Amino acid sequence: MATKKMSLRHEFTKGLVKENPVLRLMLGVCPTLAVTTTAKNGIGMGLAATFVLVSSNIVISLLRPVIPEKVRIPAFITVIASFVTIVQMLMQAYLPDLNESLGIFIPLITVNCIILARAEMFASKNKVLPSIVDGLGMGAGYSATLVLMGAIREIMGNGSIMDFKLPLIGTGTIEPMLIMILPPGGFFVFGILIALAQKLSEHMDKKNPDAAIDDSCAGAINDKTACLLCGACSLHQGMDEAVDEMREKQDKDGGDRS
Amino acid sequence: MKEMLIILFSAILVDNFVLSRFLGICPFLGVSKNLKTAMGMSFAVLFVMVVASAITWPVFNLLLFPNGLAYLQTVIFILVIASLVQIIETVLRKAIPSLYRSLGIYLPLITTNCAILGAAILNIDQQYSFPEAIVNSIGAGAGFMLALFIFAGVRSKVDHADVPKFMKGMPITLVSAALVAISFFGFKGLIEKLFG
Repeated sequence: MATKKMSLRHEFTKGLVKENPVLRLMLGVCPTLAVTTTAKNGIGMGLAATFVLVSSNIVISLLRPVIPEKVRIPAFITVIASFVTIVQMLMQAYLPDLNESLGIFIPLITVNCIILARAEMFASKNKVLPSIVDGLGMGAGYSATLVLMGAIREIMGNGSIMDFKLPLIGTGTIEPMLIMILPPGGFFVFGILIALAQKLSEHMDKKNPDAAIDDSCAGAINDKTACLLCGACSLHQGMDEAVDEMREKQDKDGGDRS
Repeated sequence: MKEMLIILFSAILVDNFVLSRFLGICPFLGVSKNLKTAMGMSFAVLFVMVVASAITWPVFNLLLFPNGLAYLQTVIFILVIASLVQIIETVLRKAIPSLYRSLGIYLPLITTNCAILGAAILNIDQQYSFPEAIVNSIGAGAGFMLALFIFAGVRSKVDHADVPKFMKGMPITLVSAALVAISFFGFKGLIEKLFG
């Protein structure tokens, strides 16, 4: 029982720093950069993605014995897209302002690599409870990153936090840096945050060397095909090698690619 | 004609898919390490984007919308794109093996590329007519290609630069992406100047 509890705790906490989906695994980068102009958008996007992540993890983990191996990726995408549609309708009905500011990135949760990667790497191989916890942990890590980035960009670019004007910078004594809420600011803040996360993770590995994870594809993704589906893995291992590997595999399969 | 040109140029330069709309960041960061893969990837994206828009537009406007099924948009679009990619791959392999050799490998990678689904949804959101939708997706694909090419060039420079240790790898790549994005601000007034 104790070990079970421990491992559940591990499933949850790994998503926060060690295997933080955005900062460490580089999954779901597009919405991270696009919607984090304010902290509020970050919360909205984080919660929406977490909801889809947990629900699709549950369904996929339940359907695990039924889905044939060959069509698993389309099956996963269909499940995910259905939940995204639910979120979209709920947002349109109850949070029209947020829906407006997140815009196209709500339907695009469908192709958010985090969700597909967790479905492929975790939910399709584990029971329901660990899958829920995994979804919650990854979702929490994702939301925390989005809120952090949104807060940094909102404070520096607009002089406010959660629409609340800050002293000095919000009242115009110090001019806010508009560039931070424009697209280049997103790239810049994200780059700095990744550098910090790398440093932090290095520090943690030093303290606890047993827990060090393989950095090449960060533990979460070991199936090359699934990884390549979103192209995020190429960030770690170099696209050329990955492409060569896939080409070899394709030649070997001789036609019927799964 | 003028509207078409406005749509085309804003999709390529002003509202660049990668640098200003943040669609397709994964391949943008992933395959920009050398020019050859960048070229293969961006041609595949351009091709699939145009074909996908040419199919999703009629599916939405002739099939889903008149029957009150607009809420099925996300599910149907992703399924159309996934099967389309599969079909293109099979057809290319049988019909034009040489093209398949150079593009085929990138095709499975772009099913979940948000630029493709993004372009399809944007065409609907902006209520473009069919020709406008096609022009918009050509522009979006060309914009993706342009950003990828420029960035591949920047990265080959950055690779040889002396970067502080903690910024090595992804962080410095993102910061240089920020600088490339700033340079695209230069195009902001272009449309009004040219067509206004």
